[in-house]
Amino acid sequence: MAATKEEIVEGLAEIVNEIAGIPTEDVQLEKSFTDDLDVDSLSMVEVVVAAEERFGVKIPDDDVKNLKTVGDAVDYILNHQD
Amino acid sequence: MNATHHTVVVTGIGATTPLGGDSASTWEGLLAGRSGVRALEREWAAELPVRIAAQAAVDPSEVLPRPLARKLDRSAQFALIAAREAWADAGFEGRAGENGQVDPGRLGAVVASGIGGVTTLLDQYDVLKEKGVRRVSPHTVPMLMPNGPSANVGLEVGAQAGVHTPVSACASGAEAVGYAVEMIRTGRADVVVAGGTEAAIHPLPIAAFANMMALSKNEGDPEKVSRPYDKARDGFVLGEGAGVVVLESAEHAARRGAKVYCEVLGQGLSADNHHIAQPEPTGRGISDALQSLLEATGLKPSEVAHLNAHATSTPQGDVAEIKALRKVLGSDLDHVAISATKSMTGHLLGGAGGIETVATVLALHHRTAPPTINVDDLDEEIDADIVTGGPRSLGEGPLVAINNSFGFGGHNVVVAFRTA
Repeated sequence: MAATKEEIVEGLAEIVNEIAGIPTEDVQLEKSFTDDLDVDSLSMVEVVVAAEERFGVKIPDDDVKNLKTVGDAVDYILNHQD
Repeated sequence: MNATHHTVVVTGIGATTPLGGDSASTWEGLLAGRSGVRALEREWAAELPVRIAAQAAVDPSEVLPRPLARKLDRSAQFALIAAREAWADAGFEGRAGENGQVDPGRLGAVVASGIGGVTTLLDQYDVLKEKGVRRVSPHTVPMLMPNGPSANVGLEVGAQAGVHTPVSACASGAEAVGYAVEMIRTGRADVVVAGGTEAAIHPLPIAAFANMMALSKNEGDPEKVSRPYDKARDGFVLGEGAGVVVLESAEHAARRGAKVYCEVLGQGLSADNHHIAQPEPTGRGISDALQSLLEATGLKPSEVAHLNAHATSTPQGDVAEIKALRKVLGSDLDHVAISATKSMTGHLLGGAGGIETVATVLALHHRTAPPTINVDDLDEEIDADIVTGGPRSLGEGPLVAINNSFGFGGHNVVVAFRTA
Protein backbone atom coordinates (compact mmCIF):
# COMPACT_ATOMS: atom_id res chain seq x y z
CA MET A 1 0.00 0.00 0.00
CA ALA A 2 1.36 3.41 -0.97
CA ALA A 3 2.47 5.71 1.84
CA THR A 4 0.76 9.06 2.38
CA LYS A 5 2.64 12.34 2.21
CA GLU A 6 2.59 12.55 6.02
CA GLU A 7 3.94 9.03 6.35
CA ILE A 8 6.75 9.82 3.91
CA VAL A 9 7.75 13.00 5.79
CA GLU A 10 7.70 11.05 9.05
CA GLY A 11 9.76 8.22 7.53
CA LEU A 12 12.34 10.59 6.04
CA ALA A 13 12.58 12.40 9.38
CA GLU A 14 13.43 9.11 11.09
CA ILE A 15 16.01 8.26 8.42
CA VAL A 16 17.68 11.69 8.64
CA ASN A 17 17.66 11.43 12.42
CA GLU A 18 19.38 8.04 12.27
CA ILE A 19 22.01 9.16 9.73
CA ALA A 20 22.70 12.78 10.65
CA GLY A 21 21.39 13.00 14.22
CA ILE A 22 18.99 15.86 13.39
CA PRO A 23 15.85 15.89 15.63
CA THR A 24 12.88 14.50 13.68
CA GLU A 25 10.82 17.66 14.26
CA ASP A 26 13.46 19.72 12.41
CA VAL A 27 13.09 17.64 9.24
CA GLN A 28 10.52 19.74 7.35
CA LEU A 29 9.55 20.07 3.69
CA GLU A 30 11.46 23.28 2.96
CA LYS A 31 14.69 22.11 4.62
CA SER A 32 17.74 21.53 2.40
CA PHE A 33 19.53 18.25 3.08
CA THR A 34 23.03 19.72 2.74
CA ASP A 35 22.51 23.25 4.07
CA ASP A 36 20.07 22.63 6.91
CA LEU A 37 20.26 18.97 7.88
CA ASP A 38 24.00 18.18 7.86
CA VAL A 39 23.57 15.54 5.17
CA ASP A 40 26.63 15.64 2.90
CA SER A 41 26.77 13.96 -0.51
CA LEU A 42 27.92 10.64 0.97
CA SER A 43 25.29 10.63 3.68
CA MET A 44 22.69 11.56 1.04
CA VAL A 45 23.38 8.22 -0.62
CA GLU A 46 22.59 6.53 2.69
CA VAL A 47 19.35 8.53 3.00
CA VAL A 48 18.36 7.50 -0.52
CA VAL A 49 19.08 3.80 0.01
CA ALA A 50 17.17 3.82 3.30
CA ALA A 51 14.24 5.61 1.62
CA GLU A 52 14.22 3.12 -1.26
CA GLU A 53 13.92 0.23 1.19
CA ARG A 54 11.33 1.86 3.35
CA PHE A 55 9.03 3.10 0.59
CA GLY A 56 9.66 0.49 -2.10
CA VAL A 57 10.89 2.97 -4.74
CA LYS A 58 13.97 3.09 -6.97
CA ILE A 59 15.83 6.42 -6.99
CA PRO A 60 18.48 6.31 -9.75
CA ASP A 61 21.76 8.16 -9.05
CA ASP A 62 20.92 10.67 -11.82
CA ASP A 63 17.77 11.69 -9.98
CA VAL A 64 19.42 12.05 -6.56
CA LYS A 65 21.06 15.35 -7.50
CA ASN A 66 17.62 16.89 -8.01
CA LEU A 67 16.55 16.07 -4.47
CA LYS A 68 17.70 19.28 -2.76
CA THR A 69 15.04 19.57 -0.08
CA VAL A 70 12.96 17.20 1.99
CA GLY A 71 9.97 18.33 -0.10
CA ASP A 72 11.75 17.29 -3.32
CA ALA A 73 12.30 13.82 -1.89
CA VAL A 74 8.74 13.52 -0.60
CA ASP A 75 7.34 14.48 -4.02
CA TYR A 76 9.67 12.08 -5.80
CA ILE A 77 8.66 9.19 -3.56
CA LEU A 78 4.95 10.05 -3.84
CA ASN A 79 5.20 10.00 -7.64
CA HIS A 80 7.29 6.86 -7.93
CA GLN A 81 5.99 4.42 -5.32
CA ASP A 82 4.04 1.42 -6.53
CA MET B 1 72.66 21.11 15.14
CA ASN B 2 71.62 23.54 12.44
CA ALA B 3 70.70 26.91 13.97
CA THR B 4 67.50 27.10 11.91
CA HIS B 5 66.25 23.88 13.45
CA HIS B 6 63.60 24.23 16.13
CA THR B 7 63.38 22.53 19.51
CA VAL B 8 60.26 20.34 19.80
CA VAL B 9 58.26 19.89 23.00
CA VAL B 10 55.22 17.86 24.04
CA THR B 11 52.34 20.07 25.22
CA GLY B 12 49.37 17.71 25.20
CA ILE B 13 48.59 14.02 25.60
CA GLY B 14 45.55 11.83 24.98
CA ALA B 15 44.80 8.13 24.91
CA THR B 16 42.08 5.54 24.87
CA THR B 17 43.42 2.09 25.65
CA PRO B 18 42.59 -1.32 27.12
CA LEU B 19 43.38 0.22 30.53
CA GLY B 20 41.18 3.31 30.34
CA GLY B 21 39.27 5.77 28.18
CA ASP B 22 41.79 8.59 28.68
CA SER B 23 45.46 9.14 29.46
CA ALA B 24 44.93 9.58 33.22
CA SER B 25 43.11 6.26 33.68
CA THR B 26 45.61 4.56 31.37
CA TRP B 27 48.53 5.86 33.44
CA GLU B 28 46.79 4.80 36.64
CA GLY B 29 46.32 1.31 35.19
CA LEU B 30 49.97 1.13 34.13
CA LEU B 31 51.21 2.13 37.59
CA ALA B 32 48.84 -0.36 39.23
CA GLY B 33 50.15 -3.13 36.98
CA ARG B 34 46.69 -3.91 35.69
CA SER B 35 46.20 -6.16 32.68
CA GLY B 36 43.71 -5.10 30.00
CA VAL B 37 43.58 -8.58 28.47
CA ARG B 38 40.25 -10.39 28.63
CA ALA B 39 38.50 -13.38 27.11
CA LEU B 40 36.74 -12.44 23.86
CA GLU B 41 33.05 -12.87 24.66
CA ARG B 42 32.05 -12.90 21.01
CA GLU B 43 30.22 -15.54 19.05
CA TRP B 44 32.82 -15.47 16.28
CA ALA B 45 35.65 -16.13 18.72
CA ALA B 46 34.54 -19.69 19.49
CA GLU B 47 36.31 -21.34 16.57
CA LEU B 48 39.47 -19.22 16.64
CA PRO B 49 42.82 -20.57 17.85
CA VAL B 50 43.13 -17.46 20.07
CA ARG B 51 40.15 -16.25 22.10
CA ILE B 52 41.62 -13.37 24.11
CA ALA B 53 42.41 -9.74 23.32
CA ALA B 54 43.01 -6.39 25.00
CA GLN B 55 39.85 -4.57 24.01
CA ALA B 56 39.42 -0.85 24.65
CA ALA B 57 38.25 -0.21 28.22
CA VAL B 58 35.70 2.34 26.99
CA ASP B 59 33.90 1.59 23.74
CA PRO B 60 34.19 4.60 21.40
CA SER B 61 30.46 4.37 20.63
CA GLU B 62 29.86 5.45 24.25
CA VAL B 63 31.92 8.61 23.69
CA LEU B 64 31.18 9.84 20.17
CA PRO B 65 27.75 10.90 18.93
CA ARG B 66 26.16 8.21 16.77
CA PRO B 67 25.94 10.21 13.49
CA LEU B 68 29.69 10.88 13.71
CA ALA B 69 30.67 7.39 14.86
CA ARG B 70 28.85 5.67 12.00
CA LYS B 71 31.00 7.52 9.44
CA LEU B 72 34.29 6.57 11.13
CA ASP B 73 36.14 3.28 11.23
CA ARG B 74 36.79 2.18 14.80
CA SER B 75 40.48 3.09 14.37
CA ALA B 76 39.49 6.66 13.44
CA GLN B 77 37.07 6.77 16.38
CA PHE B 78 39.92 5.92 18.78
CA ALA B 79 42.21 8.45 17.09
CA LEU B 80 39.63 11.21 17.31
CA ILE B 81 38.94 10.56 21.00
CA ALA B 82 42.66 10.57 21.86
CA ALA B 83 43.30 13.63 19.68
CA ARG B 84 40.46 15.59 21.30
CA GLU B 85 41.90 14.85 24.73
CA ALA B 86 45.44 15.84 23.65
CA TRP B 87 44.19 19.02 21.92
CA ALA B 88 42.28 20.15 25.00
CA ASP B 89 45.14 19.11 27.28
CA ALA B 90 47.45 21.37 25.25
CA GLY B 91 45.12 24.25 26.07
CA PHE B 92 43.62 24.66 22.61
CA GLU B 93 39.96 25.62 22.42
CA GLY B 94 38.15 24.82 19.19
CA ARG B 95 39.68 24.58 15.75
CA ALA B 96 42.79 26.34 14.52
CA GLY B 97 41.91 29.61 12.82
CA GLU B 98 38.83 29.98 15.03
CA ASN B 99 40.65 29.92 18.34
CA GLY B 100 43.32 32.57 17.64
CA GLN B 101 45.86 30.21 19.25
CA VAL B 102 47.44 28.55 16.22
CA ASP B 103 47.59 29.38 12.52
CA PRO B 104 45.92 26.56 10.51
CA GLY B 105 48.69 26.90 7.92
CA ARG B 106 51.23 26.10 10.65
CA LEU B 107 49.30 23.11 12.07
CA GLY B 108 49.74 19.49 10.97
CA ALA B 109 48.38 16.05 11.81
CA VAL B 110 50.31 12.77 11.57
CA VAL B 111 48.31 9.85 12.95
CA ALA B 112 49.19 6.38 11.78
CA SER B 113 47.66 2.95 11.82
CA GLY B 114 49.32 -0.33 10.95
CA ILE B 115 46.42 -1.90 9.08
CA GLY B 116 43.89 0.87 8.47
CA GLY B 117 40.14 0.34 8.40
CA VAL B 118 40.26 -3.43 8.29
CA THR B 119 37.01 -4.04 10.18
CA THR B 120 35.18 -1.63 7.85
CA LEU B 121 36.59 -3.44 4.81
CA LEU B 122 35.58 -6.86 6.11
CA ASP B 123 32.18 -5.77 7.46
CA GLN B 124 31.28 -4.07 4.18
CA TYR B 125 32.29 -7.17 2.25
CA ASP B 126 29.82 -9.06 4.43
CA VAL B 127 27.17 -6.44 3.55
CA LEU B 128 27.97 -6.85 -0.16
CA LYS B 129 27.58 -10.63 0.00
CA GLU B 130 24.53 -10.69 2.26
CA LYS B 131 22.57 -7.59 1.22
CA GLY B 132 23.89 -6.63 -2.20
CA VAL B 133 25.82 -3.87 -3.93
CA ARG B 134 23.35 -1.09 -3.21
CA ARG B 135 23.73 -1.52 0.55
CA VAL B 136 27.51 -1.06 0.65
CA SER B 137 28.05 2.12 2.67
CA PRO B 138 29.09 5.22 0.68
CA HIS B 139 31.40 5.95 3.61
CA THR B 140 33.39 2.74 3.03
CA VAL B 141 36.38 4.26 1.22
CA PRO B 142 37.04 7.15 3.64
CA MET B 143 36.55 4.68 6.49
CA LEU B 144 38.93 1.99 5.25
CA MET B 145 41.73 4.17 3.87
CA PRO B 146 44.76 4.02 6.19
CA ASN B 147 45.04 7.82 6.16
CA GLY B 148 41.45 8.10 7.43
CA PRO B 149 42.35 8.56 11.12
CA SER B 150 44.96 11.21 10.29
CA ALA B 151 42.59 13.01 7.92
CA ASN B 152 39.77 13.00 10.47
CA VAL B 153 42.06 14.33 13.20
CA GLY B 154 43.32 16.99 10.76
CA LEU B 155 39.74 18.05 9.99
CA GLU B 156 38.89 18.11 13.69
CA VAL B 157 41.70 20.50 14.65
CA GLY B 158 41.85 22.44 11.37
CA ALA B 159 45.28 21.36 10.11
CA GLN B 160 46.50 22.83 6.80
CA ALA B 161 50.29 22.51 7.01
CA GLY B 162 50.07 18.83 6.07
CA VAL B 163 48.29 15.64 7.09
CA HIS B 164 50.40 12.49 6.81
CA THR B 165 50.25 8.77 7.50
CA PRO B 166 53.50 6.84 7.63
CA VAL B 167 52.77 3.12 7.53
CA SER B 168 55.28 0.66 8.98
CA ALA B 169 53.16 -2.01 10.69
CA CYS B 170 53.81 -1.96 14.45
CA ALA B 171 56.29 0.92 14.16
CA SER B 172 53.68 3.19 12.51
CA GLY B 173 52.69 5.17 15.61
CA ALA B 174 56.30 5.94 16.54
CA GLU B 175 57.16 6.77 12.94
CA ALA B 176 54.23 9.22 12.96
CA VAL B 177 55.64 10.93 16.05
CA GLY B 178 59.06 11.08 14.42
CA TYR B 179 57.61 12.49 11.20
CA ALA B 180 55.77 15.16 13.18
CA VAL B 181 58.94 16.06 15.06
CA GLU B 182 60.71 16.65 11.73
CA MET B 183 57.83 18.82 10.47
CA ILE B 184 58.37 21.15 13.41
CA ARG B 185 62.15 20.89 13.57
CA THR B 186 62.54 21.86 9.92
CA GLY B 187 60.04 24.71 10.15
CA ARG B 188 57.10 23.25 8.20
CA ALA B 189 54.77 23.56 11.18
CA ASP B 190 54.53 25.07 14.67
CA VAL B 191 52.13 22.47 16.06
CA VAL B 192 51.47 18.87 15.00
CA VAL B 193 48.98 16.39 16.44
CA ALA B 194 50.68 13.00 16.20
CA GLY B 195 50.23 9.41 17.27
CA GLY B 196 48.96 5.98 16.39
CA THR B 197 45.73 4.04 16.43
CA GLU B 198 44.53 0.52 15.70
CA ALA B 199 41.29 -1.42 15.72
CA ALA B 200 41.85 -4.91 14.36
CA ILE B 201 40.08 -7.18 16.83
CA HIS B 202 38.17 -9.18 14.24
CA PRO B 203 38.32 -12.90 13.37
CA LEU B 204 40.32 -12.39 10.16
CA PRO B 205 43.32 -10.50 11.62
CA ILE B 206 43.27 -12.80 14.66
CA ALA B 207 43.29 -15.92 12.45
CA ALA B 208 46.03 -14.43 10.27
CA PHE B 209 48.31 -13.37 13.15
CA ALA B 210 47.68 -16.73 14.87
CA ASN B 211 48.55 -18.66 11.71
CA MET B 212 51.86 -16.84 11.38
CA MET B 213 52.54 -17.91 14.99
CA ALA B 214 52.79 -14.31 16.21
CA LEU B 215 49.99 -14.52 18.81
CA SER B 216 50.22 -16.34 22.12
CA LYS B 217 48.16 -19.52 22.21
CA ASN B 218 48.35 -19.69 26.01
CA GLU B 219 44.89 -20.74 27.23
CA GLY B 220 45.47 -19.89 30.89
CA ASP B 221 44.36 -16.77 32.77
CA PRO B 222 44.09 -14.05 30.06
CA GLU B 223 45.69 -11.46 32.35
CA LYS B 224 48.85 -13.59 32.55
CA VAL B 225 49.30 -14.24 28.83
CA SER B 226 51.17 -11.08 27.76
CA ARG B 227 54.47 -11.70 29.56
CA PRO B 228 57.46 -9.99 27.93
CA TYR B 229 60.85 -11.26 29.18
CA ASP B 230 59.31 -14.20 31.05
CA LYS B 231 60.55 -17.65 30.05
CA ALA B 232 56.99 -18.82 29.33
CA ARG B 233 56.21 -16.04 26.81
CA ASP B 234 54.93 -17.42 23.50
CA GLY B 235 53.62 -14.50 21.46
CA PHE B 236 51.74 -11.24 21.71
CA VAL B 237 48.15 -10.42 22.63
CA LEU B 238 46.27 -8.21 20.18
CA GLY B 239 45.16 -4.87 21.62
CA GLU B 240 43.25 -1.85 20.34
CA GLY B 241 43.08 1.88 21.02
CA ALA B 242 45.03 5.05 20.31
CA GLY B 243 47.63 7.35 21.80
CA VAL B 244 48.13 10.91 20.56
CA VAL B 245 50.40 13.78 21.57
CA VAL B 246 50.48 17.46 20.66
CA LEU B 247 53.99 18.42 19.56
CA GLU B 248 54.95 22.05 19.33
CA SER B 249 57.98 24.18 18.69
CA ALA B 250 59.41 25.39 22.00
CA GLU B 251 59.08 29.01 20.81
CA HIS B 252 55.38 28.59 19.94
CA ALA B 253 54.66 26.87 23.25
CA ALA B 254 56.49 29.59 25.20
CA ARG B 255 54.72 32.36 23.28
CA ARG B 256 51.30 31.10 24.31
CA GLY B 257 52.39 30.08 27.82
CA ALA B 258 51.63 26.39 27.28
CA LYS B 259 52.57 23.81 29.88
CA VAL B 260 55.38 21.58 28.64
CA TYR B 261 55.61 17.87 29.50
CA CYS B 262 59.05 17.28 28.03
CA GLU B 263 61.28 17.89 25.04
CA VAL B 264 61.61 15.51 22.11
CA LEU B 265 65.32 15.11 21.49
CA GLY B 266 65.04 13.29 18.19
CA GLN B 267 64.76 9.91 16.58
CA GLY B 268 66.75 7.10 15.05
CA LEU B 269 65.53 5.01 12.12
CA SER B 270 66.76 1.89 10.35
CA ALA B 271 65.60 -1.17 8.44
CA ASP B 272 66.59 -4.76 9.28
CA ASN B 273 66.97 -5.96 5.69
CA HIS B 274 66.55 -9.48 7.07
CA HIS B 275 63.03 -10.94 6.75
CA ILE B 276 59.51 -9.68 6.07
CA ALA B 277 58.24 -10.69 9.51
CA GLN B 278 61.01 -12.29 11.60
CA PRO B 279 63.15 -10.08 13.84
CA GLU B 280 66.86 -10.03 12.99
CA PRO B 281 68.11 -12.31 15.81
CA THR B 282 71.18 -10.28 16.81
CA GLY B 283 69.20 -7.00 16.88
CA ARG B 284 71.51 -5.46 14.25
CA GLY B 285 68.81 -3.21 12.76
CA ILE B 286 67.68 -2.07 16.20
CA SER B 287 71.23 -1.17 17.22
CA ASP B 288 71.63 0.78 13.98
CA ALA B 289 68.54 2.82 14.86
CA LEU B 290 69.78 3.42 18.44
CA GLN B 291 73.22 4.40 17.16
CA SER B 292 71.74 6.87 14.70
CA LEU B 293 69.61 8.32 17.53
CA LEU B 294 72.73 8.91 19.63
CA GLU B 295 74.55 10.49 16.68
CA ALA B 296 71.61 12.69 15.69
CA THR B 297 70.96 13.99 19.21
CA GLY B 298 74.40 13.93 20.83
CA LEU B 299 72.81 11.85 23.58
CA LYS B 300 75.26 9.83 25.73
CA PRO B 301 74.34 6.30 26.84
CA SER B 302 74.90 7.33 30.48
CA GLU B 303 72.10 9.91 30.19
CA VAL B 304 69.36 7.37 29.42
CA ALA B 305 67.29 6.71 32.56
CA HIS B 306 64.23 4.92 31.20
CA LEU B 307 63.18 2.98 28.14
CA ASN B 308 59.75 1.86 27.02
CA ALA B 309 60.66 -1.31 25.15
CA HIS B 310 58.95 -2.67 22.08
CA ALA B 311 58.90 -6.08 23.88
CA THR B 312 55.76 -7.71 22.51
CA SER B 313 56.21 -10.99 24.44
CA THR B 314 57.57 -13.03 21.53
CA PRO B 315 60.45 -15.46 22.22
CA GLN B 316 62.84 -13.97 19.62
CA GLY B 317 61.89 -10.31 19.48
CA ASP B 318 62.25 -9.54 23.19
CA VAL B 319 65.79 -10.97 23.24
CA ALA B 320 66.94 -9.27 20.02
CA GLU B 321 65.90 -5.88 21.40
CA ILE B 322 67.85 -6.34 24.64
CA LYS B 323 70.92 -7.54 22.71
CA ALA B 324 70.79 -4.39 20.60
CA LEU B 325 70.44 -2.18 23.66
CA ARG B 326 73.43 -3.87 25.30
CA LYS B 327 75.50 -3.46 22.16
CA VAL B 328 74.84 0.27 21.86
CA LEU B 329 74.52 1.35 25.49
CA GLY B 330 77.13 -1.04 26.88
CA SER B 331 77.38 -1.13 30.68
CA ASP B 332 75.18 1.99 30.85
CA LEU B 333 72.23 -0.29 30.07
CA ASP B 334 72.52 -1.45 33.70
CA HIS B 335 71.19 1.97 34.77
CA VAL B 336 68.23 2.09 32.38
CA ALA B 337 64.86 1.25 33.95
CA ILE B 338 63.10 -0.78 31.25
CA SER B 339 59.31 -1.07 31.09
CA ALA B 340 57.38 -3.35 28.76
CA THR B 341 53.93 -1.83 28.98
CA LYS B 342 52.55 -4.32 26.43
CA SER B 343 52.46 -6.73 29.38
CA MET B 344 49.38 -4.70 30.43
CA THR B 345 47.98 -3.15 27.24
CA GLY B 346 48.64 -5.97 24.80
CA HIS B 347 50.09 -5.05 21.42
CA LEU B 348 48.21 -2.25 19.66
CA LEU B 349 50.16 -2.70 16.38
CA GLY B 350 50.17 0.76 14.74
CA GLY B 351 48.66 2.18 17.93
CA ALA B 352 51.52 0.88 20.07
CA GLY B 353 53.92 3.70 19.20
CA GLY B 354 51.15 6.16 20.05
CA ILE B 355 50.23 4.89 23.50
CA GLU B 356 53.84 4.09 24.36
CA THR B 357 54.83 7.65 23.44
CA VAL B 358 52.17 8.81 25.89
CA ALA B 359 53.48 6.34 28.51
CA THR B 360 57.08 7.50 27.99
CA VAL B 361 56.11 11.17 28.24
CA LEU B 362 54.16 10.48 31.44
CA ALA B 363 57.04 8.45 32.88
CA LEU B 364 59.30 11.50 32.51
CA HIS B 365 56.59 13.88 33.72
CA HIS B 366 55.94 11.84 36.88
CA ARG B 367 59.57 10.65 37.11
CA THR B 368 58.24 7.13 37.46
CA ALA B 369 58.71 4.02 35.32
CA PRO B 370 55.65 1.74 35.12
CA PRO B 371 56.15 -1.93 35.95
CA THR B 372 56.34 -4.89 33.59
CA ILE B 373 53.86 -7.49 34.80
CA ASN B 374 53.91 -11.28 34.58
CA VAL B 375 57.70 -11.61 34.74
CA ASP B 376 57.50 -14.62 37.06
CA ASP B 377 60.60 -16.32 35.71
CA LEU B 378 62.95 -13.89 33.95
CA ASP B 379 64.59 -15.30 30.84
CA GLU B 380 68.34 -15.38 31.56
CA GLU B 381 68.99 -13.99 28.08
CA ILE B 382 67.37 -10.75 29.26
CA ASP B 383 70.50 -9.09 30.58
CA ALA B 384 68.97 -5.75 31.60
CA ASP B 385 67.19 -3.93 34.44
CA ILE B 386 63.50 -4.71 33.93
CA VAL B 387 61.13 -2.80 36.21
CA THR B 388 58.97 -5.43 37.92
CA GLY B 389 56.89 -5.70 41.08
CA GLY B 390 55.53 -2.14 40.90
CA PRO B 391 56.41 1.30 39.57
CA ARG B 392 59.88 2.70 40.19
CA SER B 393 60.96 6.29 40.87
CA LEU B 394 63.42 7.64 38.32
CA GLY B 395 64.85 10.18 40.78
CA GLU B 396 65.79 13.84 40.47
CA GLY B 397 67.64 15.88 37.86
CA PRO B 398 67.42 15.87 34.06
CA LEU B 399 66.08 12.58 32.70
CA VAL B 400 66.12 11.06 29.23
CA ALA B 401 63.77 8.31 28.11
CA ILE B 402 63.55 6.35 24.86
CA ASN B 403 60.55 4.75 23.22
CA ASN B 404 61.28 1.78 20.94
CA SER B 405 58.91 0.59 18.22
CA PHE B 406 59.58 -2.02 15.55
CA GLY B 407 57.37 -3.39 12.81
CA PHE B 408 56.90 -6.29 10.43
CA GLY B 409 58.90 -5.40 7.36
CA GLY B 410 61.97 -4.73 9.50
CA HIS B 411 61.16 -1.12 10.43
CA ASN B 412 62.96 0.24 13.50
CA VAL B 413 62.01 3.55 15.11
CA VAL B 414 63.45 4.88 18.37
CA VAL B 415 62.50 8.28 19.78
CA ALA B 416 64.17 10.06 22.70
CA PHE B 417 62.57 12.49 25.16
CA ARG B 418 64.09 14.66 27.90
CA THR B 419 62.52 16.29 30.95
CA ALA B 420 61.77 19.95 30.26
